Amino acid sequence: MVQIVPAAEGKELTAMPQYTQFQPKAYRPRMSAYWYLDQWHYLRYAMRESSSFFVAYFCVVTLAQIAALSAGPTRYAHFQALMQCPAMIVLNALALGFILLHAVTWFLLVPRVALRQMLGKPTPDMIASVPNFMAWFGATVIVALFILGVF
Amino acid sequence: MSDTIILEVERFHPERDTEPSYQSFEVPLREDWMVLDALNHIKDQLDGSLAFRWSCRMGICGSCGMTVNGVPKLTCETLLINYAPGPVRVGPLDHFPVVKDLVVELDDFLAKLQKVRPWVVRKDDKKPEREFIQTPAQLEAFHQFSLCINCTLCYAACPVYGLDPNFIGPAAIALAHRYNLDSRDQGIEDRLDIVSQHEGIWDCTVVGECTTVCPKHVDPSLAIQQYKLTATKEWFKSFLLPRGKN
Repeated sequence: MVQIVPAAEGKELTAMPQYTQFQPKAYRPRMSAYWYLDQWHYLRYAMRESSSFFVAYFCVVTLAQIAALSAGPTRYAHFQALMQCPAMIVLNALALGFILLHAVTWFLLVPRVALRQMLGKPTPDMIASVPNFMAWFGATVIVALFILGVF
Repeated sequence: MSDTIILEVERFHPERDTEPSYQSFEVPLREDWMVLDALNHIKDQLDGSLAFRWSCRMGICGSCGMTVNGVPKLTCETLLINYAPGPVRVGPLDHFPVVKDLVVELDDFLAKLQKVRPWVVRKDDKKPEREFIQTPAQLEAFHQFSLCINCTLCYAACPVYGLDPNFIGPAAIALAHRYNLDSRDQGIEDRLDIVSQHEGIWDCTVVGECTTVCPKHVDPSLAIQQYKLTATKEWFKSFLLPRGKN
């Protein structure tokens, strides 16, 4: 068996090294629990991922709205009163911001998986993204027209 | 502007230290110097015990990957003057065990790379009688992914790899994808068995930083997302035509 000793430095050997030739000692870094705060792009990623919570929140609000609507005018008036309180307005504004972030980042990711080539030539990313943004804009206009009572 | 800049270099001596610390060095700030030149200046003039890897000095060998101010970079193509007035923090690549100072152990990456079989796999054992012909379009299909130099900057930028060391990782998957797209290759099913596991493509949550830091514009994130599509199509095929392979 080969014994490993430190390189000669002109000093007396005081202790045996704590490693063998085949198991060198190395520093194994551990990621901080707050790694996403280290760089802006990691924070942006964490925000994108956590936007899913707000998507779920809006789904629950919509279901609650439908339930209140089907339960009659009194329940719906309660629901409206709840939505008009300042805390809910702040929460909904925050949720809207995160949902916009969710939608935009999702549409920008579409070219990563779809439509890489057209007629044998690579297509620019915008070719895959733009139709999604246009469809989103069109749906928003239709909903807005309903809310404004045009239809 | 000052004609010197401070480099804060991460130091770790495996026989003396339990964790790394930073040591500051004042080096000349020259317009044409890369961060690697500054490190070589330290090694040659200030402290010969500093350990780091480098070889080609022209962004081809992939040896000199380190973090510069927390961002994974090839130090041979990272201009020092861009960080003026400093200080500049130079550390080893994140998520890898540190052997000494700026030198990391890449055994895990190399094992994963071999696992995905990054070479042309042929099902017939016969030696080809002549070379395989490829059209420019067939070459174009995988060319981008063949530019990977195994510098592992993408691993250092990937928080998924940092949190789950079992993740096969961006470069290995990109290279697997490169051979899947190669018209000469017949190993797509073998690779899919390895890469389509949870620790493979499905562990990726599209952080996208692997693509941002890649010095060769390989776009590993794109390779992983395309691989997901391939894996899904293959799954549907095997579900709808369970005996199709026989």
